Amino acid sequence: MNSIIPQNIARLPWRLILLVGAIAMFGTVVLYSAAGGHIKPWALNQAVRFVIFSVMAMALSRVPVDLFRRLAWPAYAGVLIALILVELIGGVAGGSQRWINLGFMQLQPSEFMKPIIVLAVAAFYANLPLSETRRWVAIWPALLMIGVPWALVLVQPDLGTATMIAAGGVTVMFLAGIPLRLFIGAGVAGAIAVPILFNFLHDYQKKRVLIFMDPESDPLGAGYHISQSKIAIGSGGIFGKGFLAGSQSHLDYLPEAHTDFVFATMAEEWGLVGGLLLLVAFGLLFRWGIRVALRTPDRFARLVAAGLTTTIFFYVAINLMMVMGLAPVVGIPLPFMSYGGSSMLTVMICIGIILGIDNASRKTVRNWR
Amino acid sequence: MKRSRREAKPVSEASLSFSFSRRAMVLGGTQAGVMALLGARMGYISIAQNEKYTLLAESNRVNLTLIPPRRGWIVDRNGKPLAMNRTDFRVDIIPDRVQDKQRTVGTLAELLALKPEDVERIKEELEDAAGFQPVQVATNLKYDDYARVVVRLPDLPGVAPAQGYSRYYPTGAAVGHLLGYVGTASAKDYEKTKDPLLITPGFKVGKDGLEKAFNPALRGAPGAKRVEVTASGKLVRELTDRADTPGHNLKLTIDAGLQEYAARRIGPESASIVVLDCWTGDVLAMASMPSYDPNSFSAGISHAEWDWLSNDDHVPLRNKTLQALYPPGSTVKPMIALSFLEAGLSPEESCNCSGALRVGNSLFHCWSRRGHGRVNMHRAIEQSCDIYFYTFAQRMGIDVIAGMARRMGLGQKFPLPFPSQSYGTFPTPEWKQKKYDEPWAIYDTLNSTIGQGYVLANPTQLAVMGARLGSGRIIRPYFQADPKRGIAPSLGVQQSNLDIIHAAMRDVVNGNGTAGRAKLIVPGVILAGKTGSAQVRRITMAERARGVRGDAALPYRLRDHALFVGYAPFDKPRYAVGCVLEHSHDNGSAAGMASDTLAYLFDPAIALAKLETLEKGWGGSISQRMAVKLDSYRRAHGLAPVAPVEAPNASVAVANSTEAATASSSADNTSGDVPE
Repeated sequence: MNSIIPQNIARLPWRLILLVGAIAMFGTVVLYSAAGGHIKPWALNQAVRFVIFSVMAMALSRVPVDLFRRLAWPAYAGVLIALILVELIGGVAGGSQRWINLGFMQLQPSEFMKPIIVLAVAAFYANLPLSETRRWVAIWPALLMIGVPWALVLVQPDLGTATMIAAGGVTVMFLAGIPLRLFIGAGVAGAIAVPILFNFLHDYQKKRVLIFMDPESDPLGAGYHISQSKIAIGSGGIFGKGFLAGSQSHLDYLPEAHTDFVFATMAEEWGLVGGLLLLVAFGLLFRWGIRVALRTPDRFARLVAAGLTTTIFFYVAINLMMVMGLAPVVGIPLPFMSYGGSSMLTVMICIGIILGIDNASRKTVRNWR
Repeated sequence: MKRSRREAKPVSEASLSFSFSRRAMVLGGTQAGVMALLGARMGYISIAQNEKYTLLAESNRVNLTLIPPRRGWIVDRNGKPLAMNRTDFRVDIIPDRVQDKQRTVGTLAELLALKPEDVERIKEELEDAAGFQPVQVATNLKYDDYARVVVRLPDLPGVAPAQGYSRYYPTGAAVGHLLGYVGTASAKDYEKTKDPLLITPGFKVGKDGLEKAFNPALRGAPGAKRVEVTASGKLVRELTDRADTPGHNLKLTIDAGLQEYAARRIGPESASIVVLDCWTGDVLAMASMPSYDPNSFSAGISHAEWDWLSNDDHVPLRNKTLQALYPPGSTVKPMIALSFLEAGLSPEESCNCSGALRVGNSLFHCWSRRGHGRVNMHRAIEQSCDIYFYTFAQRMGIDVIAGMARRMGLGQKFPLPFPSQSYGTFPTPEWKQKKYDEPWAIYDTLNSTIGQGYVLANPTQLAVMGARLGSGRIIRPYFQADPKRGIAPSLGVQQSNLDIIHAAMRDVVNGNGTAGRAKLIVPGVILAGKTGSAQVRRITMAERARGVRGDAALPYRLRDHALFVGYAPFDKPRYAVGCVLEHSHDNGSAAGMASDTLAYLFDPAIALAKLETLEKGWGGSISQRMAVKLDSYRRAHGLAPVAPVEAPNASVAVANSTEAATASSSADNTSGDVPE
């Protein structure tokens, strides 16, 4: 086994490191501008955090994949308990309960549920006898595994995270080979259920959804975020207003300019060119993840690789749709760009695990051929 | 265990792996598709909608404070200003931003030494104004007062001091009805256009008269103070200001001196005078007195002044030159005589006037109960003999008469730049059938020939008739100066016939006629004209049978109106005049006013000398007399409790009361001399 270590160092995924590093670097530059041309309070923190989490991800990629499978359910159970604790003892923050205050830090268990639901559902299908794949017993336990945390997060209430948990789990079910007609049927049922479910949303959530439909109806009220975000992006034009020259972000018209709406801050100064470059960079990241999944023979591993890739994808897609006025404001940050530790941690965990799967599959292929 | 399962079902494992690959490809493809969609969406926002959002970002960033444009001047035909702008320090209140109305008004009253009635007006306007509409506190402030408010500004949220311009009318009430006045835009105007200029303190729009009609040209485009601000309104830096574009100046056909002279010459009476150029139709003067002082309206009129104006029996709030209709009475007689001539009647043909004429079952009286004896056309006009016209009207028929009346502009609506205009009628059998569903009767013809019955005209139309009679041209009244406007085309009436009428009209004033005291005071200039009187009081058949005519002893409201239509010089018609003096039994007085007004055009010095003498007898100039009247009104009502407020917003009240006045006036006039 000793001979493997130098091989692995030589095989460090330099292209991936370069890609993710470039995105994070760009994010840091944008945060530097959002702070009015200062590395404090955001850019420096974000850069340091990225370096630490990168090391963590590299370490995670050395963990044997099998360990994740064995730890998936205990971890799932742990986070589920934490979610219930949030409901029971969680402090009230901003009208919605999302945190457990541990004294030295605030823990947001729903964030961890995003990758762990993928691991847990993948583990379930990996353990399922193949002959059972098209039976009812292959479906209801998975739905239960997804449904319970989904419901817990939804009542927090955190529509964005709940959506991501459901989407991550269902993606794994889809990849695991559940009959296609079930997805089609569920889609139709969902379309019917949406108006009914709408009535169960909190007032502020309803308002957000309605405002999203027509943000200009209330440009100074609840539609303010989307209106200002579109103004920032639209006024950037093709080449942007130039670095440090965005009026929307610098004059505080754009709310959450360094967190959820950081893409608008970027687009105002870098224009369509900056936006498309970022989209291409994220696209390359997803392609890498899907290709890892495709060349992995192990059932659990490939489900996890594709599932976690999709989790990152949902971050990006939901955030950008929100910022461009295609989705309601749901508070999903943009990976590597939005200022904040927990989302970066989650995404780096995802990347670390996918990297580990990549390493393992390469090893297996080489050893067995 | 896992391995054994894989080996046990190799086929199933393979198919599942295939299914996974396919679905993972679908997933990857979907992700690529979503990313492409997001790219397209971003392209749409930043390219196709770039212009819209650039504008919105700019309007976020830049805070505009509008600078009201300087309103265009209104000048007379010689360039003399009738309405101009004066630099002005002013203070307004924006109701939306005031925290404590009582305290704010109290502090301002103290700082600016406001009069109690102004405080009362401000409080009422504050209650009624839509929140965004500025309420005027004071204008024309001295710099010291203005500065006192400015330094206290931090304690007075919602108070907006500004340095701007205010409208100034040098001749005051003399141009009241002609020019109208300016005022802050109404809430309705703002709601219609949402133009932020309309609620900018200090911005005024034309509310009446020519100020209203030419408002679009006069108003100009606002300038703007531009500052960059943050979302929370903090000022970042000042950007370059944009200067305002002043409105266009409006050049009128009015002669400023004549306009003022006419207004002053009316004196304490309720009267209107219109003077036209006999060649072009240019309106040289259009005076309706008494009037309001447009300076008061433009600066925010006080309650007392408003009440005084609306209660005065001389109706100062009505523009009588266009909104009042009168039976033209005998002033139509030259026109009717001309219709006879054009229809072939010999001017020498005569009849005998015994003082009355029996037509059918009724007896029609001449105004002279003794009768005029033998009258031909010349004498009939000079003496205003009714019997002559009764006699020949029956022979010539109403169609001849009504046709000429139409050619002379009676019943015609001219396209004038005034918001309201009453234009009367000259009846025909068809008209009566349509309007009253009754056949034409012979007494309708007889009444029409002496300008009574259904015949109604406004003073401007009377002046047009005078101008057309004098020049024989199709004169239309114009208010806007136009150097390219030529001499009006001919009416097509024979000059020899006109000469006959002109000679008779000359003798009305200069011979033995009804206006003998109205000779022009300028030597060598001869005035031609025709008097008339219009009955206000309904005279019953019984009274008519007794020959009741005189009304000198009647109360003011019931006295007849005196009218005069004329032109000068009699042989080379240059200027025409129409004049109506309300409630004066003396026909000559209207002719005197008209005569002196025309005299001003030929020799201002002589005319002014006479006027100054007259004004001494009346108690001073227009503004002096108005000040005295307002003062006595206030003294009379000063101790009375505050009357219920019928008109908190002066501009709305003016509109209402003008309508009311018009309505009541037409009621007055139509009750003229309708035969039973």
